[in-house]
Amino acid sequence: MPVNIAYETKIEHISILDEHGNFDAGMGEGLIPNDDLVAMYKHMMTCRHLDEIAFKLQRSGRMGTYPENRGQEVPSLAAAYVLEKKDWLVTCYRENAGLFWRGLPMEKVLLHWMGDERGNHIDECNVTPLAIAIGSQMLHATGLAWSSKYKKDGAIACTFFGDGATSEGDFHEAANFAANLDLPVVFVCQNNGWAISTPTKLECSAPTVAQRGIAYGMDCVQVDGNDMFAMVKVVRDAVKNARDNNRPTFIEALTYRLGDHTTADDASRYRDVEELEMWKKRDPMIRIRNYLEKLGLWSQEQEDEHLKVAAQTVSEVVKRAEGIDAPSATDFFDSMYTDMPKQLKLQRQTMRTSSLGQDPSQIPVQAPASEGVVQ
Amino acid sequence: MANLTLVQAINLALIQEMEKDDRVLLLGEDIGLNGGVFRATEGLFQRFGADRVVDTPLAESGIMGTAIGLAMGGLRPIPEIQFEGFMGPAFDQLTNQCARTNTRTRGGLTCPLTLRVPVGGGIHAPELHSDSPEAIYTHTPGLKIVMPSSPYDAKGLLISAIRDPNPVIFFEPKRIYRAFREEVPEDEYTVPIGEARVVCEGEELTMVSWGATVIQCMNAIEASGKNIELIDLRTINPFDMDTVAKSVNKTGRCVIVHEAPKTCGLGAEIAAGIMEHCFLQLEAPVQRVCGFDTIMPYYKLELDYLPDAERIGKAIHETLVY
Repeated sequence: MPVNIAYETKIEHISILDEHGNFDAGMGEGLIPNDDLVAMYKHMMTCRHLDEIAFKLQRSGRMGTYPENRGQEVPSLAAAYVLEKKDWLVTCYRENAGLFWRGLPMEKVLLHWMGDERGNHIDECNVTPLAIAIGSQMLHATGLAWSSKYKKDGAIACTFFGDGATSEGDFHEAANFAANLDLPVVFVCQNNGWAISTPTKLECSAPTVAQRGIAYGMDCVQVDGNDMFAMVKVVRDAVKNARDNNRPTFIEALTYRLGDHTTADDASRYRDVEELEMWKKRDPMIRIRNYLEKLGLWSQEQEDEHLKVAAQTVSEVVKRAEGIDAPSATDFFDSMYTDMPKQLKLQRQTMRTSSLGQDPSQIPVQAPASEGVVQ
Repeated sequence: MANLTLVQAINLALIQEMEKDDRVLLLGEDIGLNGGVFRATEGLFQRFGADRVVDTPLAESGIMGTAIGLAMGGLRPIPEIQFEGFMGPAFDQLTNQCARTNTRTRGGLTCPLTLRVPVGGGIHAPELHSDSPEAIYTHTPGLKIVMPSSPYDAKGLLISAIRDPNPVIFFEPKRIYRAFREEVPEDEYTVPIGEARVVCEGEELTMVSWGATVIQCMNAIEASGKNIELIDLRTINPFDMDTVAKSVNKTGRCVIVHEAPKTCGLGAEIAAGIMEHCFLQLEAPVQRVCGFDTIMPYYKLELDYLPDAERIGKAIHETLVY
């Protein structure tokens, strides 16, 4: 019997502006108008400054655990730049740059990490709240894309997750649903090499994470995730494929978190200094700045000037996040259901009493019955 | 009026709500051309098309998780999990995601979906096709849970569930899918979530049950010849403590019957509620006739596990003579 090849494929790696400043004009020319790139660079500066301040807020006890975004600004910002207003951006928790570009007020993310659910109440734009349980959000994005297809409103959903999340069953179920039901989803895996302390090779022993998409019959591509031009190109292609053909795409964006996993982590326990130093040279902000300076679109003066603007912006954001009224002690009852069940109402009213306080008629007369009743 | 079985009443409710509201769509395994393994969605694929009755890949977390996205997107999805034993893979999406959506966004996003799941034993089914996990989900704040025991209630409760802006688990007791028929109005009507039904009034003893065991309770009451009040809870969460307390304050005695394991079953919560609301009126300890703290046995022994009229009759007698 002859041996035939049943299926053969290849994974492309896309790079347009590399860490040495080499620019592929053939693919990159006209991809991002200069003004837009300047605006994106400024946005990244502001986001990076917010990241530094957020870290300090945690260290000084003014905020809870926080995951630094530093180094991973490009993938989500590129996606947010490409998406239309009606589209959904469904992220994990290291995509501040994209969320803020979409219009999510920065103080909402700070509120989230300050332990306040009001940071998750989002009316401003089509983004979902930060997803803390790894991999849970990809199915929601798939469902949101499905709802858009059903309603024929032309919107698509773009979802973000890490390399570790591709080990979760929910990733595979989301990919399978999206591909088999022809749903307009863009899956973006930010492969930063580490799932807390677990290296990517323990999550995926294939040469690329991108090829996981092949098993589901969807287009897949690997891209330099610290290259704004390449990211914009692959997301734009994927969004077009979703919008025009209802087909999902899997994008593996190679990037790196320059900080620890969160403020509760110490990456020096598992990462080599050499690796970190190598990736510091690949910092996406360095290469955009060099590119802009070469074209005469950016200067040290502008850098200094915008740093002041960023500091002012972030200072106001922190003021708003810290200045919000304290939540009421009964808030966690109030949106448990859209209509509060009677038993829950009773618990709310008597939250400072024992359970017997919920039916004062059962309490013997000598015991105080009404203390702690909340109106 | 039509004389319908419980599964036919479910089918009718689905048809009527799908005709009324374009946002309603069904998703699940084998629910399309096949009409569902219990035929609850019989004919709906032909009637409403493949966009509204969607056969999905075989993946319960996928069904649950995409249903959440559909609901967030403004639709009213009705996902089906084929048997309660297969809810395990969907547990994370159901409890950690779906149930929390409204409160963790402080009302910014809601998750109005109705999860339909056949539940309970008594049909000689294979392993993991006969369990009663309602207490597990009752312990998850944010979900509403209903379980009808009659065709009339099945239709009315399902319509209420579909229209409810919160996620609702609609448990369908498979043992009585086709056990009997009942007059069910053609016109739409709702049975409110959170309200129990007094099946029969009585003065000597209160019995509380839900789902298929309501029928066993009726048989036991008839055999006892006693004047017993039977309450069909209908809604498991939030359950109607007012109706239970009112009845027990009248009778002073209570027997709770359910298929699920005894420890931390809903009977425990009801008994504790009775302590809080009826202690001074109690004439006897509250009794529970339940499944046991074992797995649901394979079907050769399932009738030894399930509460039957004989066991219930003993509890009635002991509680009355106490």
